[in-house]
Amino acid sequence: MVAPKPSEITVRGCRVNLLRAGQGEPLLYLHGASGGGIWQPFHDKLAERFDVLAPEHPGWGKSDTPDWLDTIGDLAYFYLDFLKQMNLRRVHLVGLSVGGWIAAEIAVRSTERLKSLTLVSAAGLFVKGVPQVDTFLQSDEARLRDFFHDRTLADRLIGQVLSPQLADIALKNRFTTARLIWQPRGYNPHLHKWLHRIDVPTLLIWGASDMLLPPPFGQEYNRLIPGSRLVVLPECGHLPNIEKVDRFVDEIGGFAAGVAA
Amino acid sequence: MKFFNFHLMPYADMDLGEIDRNGSAWVTLSNRHYDPVKGAELYHRYLDEMEFADRLGFDGVVVNEHHQTAYGMMPIPGVLAGALARSVKRAKIAVLGRALPLVNNPLNIAEEYAMIDNLTRGRLIAGFVRGIGAEYHATGINPGDSHARFHEAHDMIIRAWTEPGPFEYAGKHYHVRYVNPWPTPYQKPHPPVWIPSQGSQETIEWAAKMKYVYCQTLSPIAQVARFFAMYRAAAKTLGYEAGPDRLAWSNSMYCAETDEKALREAKPHLEALNNKFLKMPVEMLLPPGYTSFESMKRISAAKLTASQKPRTAEDLIEAGVVIVGSPETCRARLAEYQKLAGFGTVLVKTQFGTLPAELTRKNMEMLATEVFPHFRQDQPKAAAE
Repeated sequence: MVAPKPSEITVRGCRVNLLRAGQGEPLLYLHGASGGGIWQPFHDKLAERFDVLAPEHPGWGKSDTPDWLDTIGDLAYFYLDFLKQMNLRRVHLVGLSVGGWIAAEIAVRSTERLKSLTLVSAAGLFVKGVPQVDTFLQSDEARLRDFFHDRTLADRLIGQVLSPQLADIALKNRFTTARLIWQPRGYNPHLHKWLHRIDVPTLLIWGASDMLLPPPFGQEYNRLIPGSRLVVLPECGHLPNIEKVDRFVDEIGGFAAGVAA
Repeated sequence: MKFFNFHLMPYADMDLGEIDRNGSAWVTLSNRHYDPVKGAELYHRYLDEMEFADRLGFDGVVVNEHHQTAYGMMPIPGVLAGALARSVKRAKIAVLGRALPLVNNPLNIAEEYAMIDNLTRGRLIAGFVRGIGAEYHATGINPGDSHARFHEAHDMIIRAWTEPGPFEYAGKHYHVRYVNPWPTPYQKPHPPVWIPSQGSQETIEWAAKMKYVYCQTLSPIAQVARFFAMYRAAAKTLGYEAGPDRLAWSNSMYCAETDEKALREAKPHLEALNNKFLKMPVEMLLPPGYTSFESMKRISAAKLTASQKPRTAEDLIEAGVVIVGSPETCRARLAEYQKLAGFGTVLVKTQFGTLPAELTRKNMEMLATEVFPHFRQDQPKAAAE
């Protein structure tokens, strides 16, 4: 695996860090609360089939934290500007967790530049009566454990010592996450009203053992997005891109191939 | 020197083992452990203690605000200040303070304070705080907005008290079409403003800039001295000398016949306060954005864990967080600490943790008769820099 050289792109004065590699139709991958900035095996596998663009969101990692950043909706407008400036069309938009929420907010605003939408363990909706862990009241260790179905994956991450630079980035990511999703906790109470506007083929990927956003959240997106298809992966937690890499990539690849040209 | 009786009004009937089992007395400790019959008894007992403080000659009584916790039963401190407004005849009534960012319309606080100030014919001291980190879990207010909301709310309240209404306030967080509170404060231009803090540099410098009284919460005396020096330095930079009347130290004092007896009587209750009622995980104490990114970086997890370690009463005495001893010891320590830190007011928690009523009263009486009078004669001196 060769990680692409990071590049920078400035959209209306906001500089973001961008990893881009691969050949094929464009795929914009929007990372979750823990951040992007690191080229991972799932990026690499997606890059065998797509031109993968993996930016770090404004407020995360090496990207700027702009003054205008107050809500997930602000990021949705940012990425609409981003797609326009990059002159990208027929984009496969994939978002995970908080990134999935951003992707949904983009798609209810405009699908003009999208060819398909994939939401993975996406935040953004409220589902009554479904218990969720409060990631803001957990220690780093407990949070990592709750990410995975397979706890040995968590143990490996818990053992890692972050470099000072990565520790700073982790803290920055956490600050921005809290800023954007603290209240209401991880959802936009108005989003459900507008999901019917999404008129591109939509795939929903969920881990059966997701403790942060359990499968009923996927079912709710499935109910509200016309024609969407929900795939629930067994023995998988909140991060199918890490825990079930091949299945994750195959689902997206197969789905994109099936979307009419 | 001035002495205030600071009550935290803990739910002292709490089974402390439950706090251990839950990991904290805050936010997630189920209120099924609260018994309103016992709670009612405690409220009346504590209010009686405040009235007793007034009769003993304390210069003021202090209440404060915390939410969803056995640590203190005062989510709405104005209710208690109101209950005391007519029964505390002479002492100041200080609310230290209301947590401004937690409300959605700061005029509620401008109104509440103005009412208390009218009821007491000008004996209110108006405290403004951000609330501790746990409050942001308890109320859902975004900790990242805490500073900005504090400053907007402060500005709106001061303007509401000093500018004739109605006028419009439009900030980033607060939008109020009509700012025109009735009543307005009894004291002019407005009640004295006191700012309690755990020692954040930006708060200390801001308090100095506003010429507000700065109150340091429970901390080792060496730290208290450093924070007070910071205030005086900030004042100097701004072109004025900050005297002891600008600085208040919040502590606990316990006085008994001998050092040994004082320690024996105070120990379990001080430890209950420090190791049970105050206990909370880092995630609860410091939600992301509650402190600036830079100060969060400085507070390494290791240091925090250390500060959360249980401390004995002896540790707390040794560090000068509290003063415990015979009248002579109490006098000596207080004189020493005053010289070191240069405060003019002591906010004394005469009741702490599970300290029962009889010992609380005995403590208050001994402090009022054997300790405080020795500090009445002289004006407190500024600390030797």
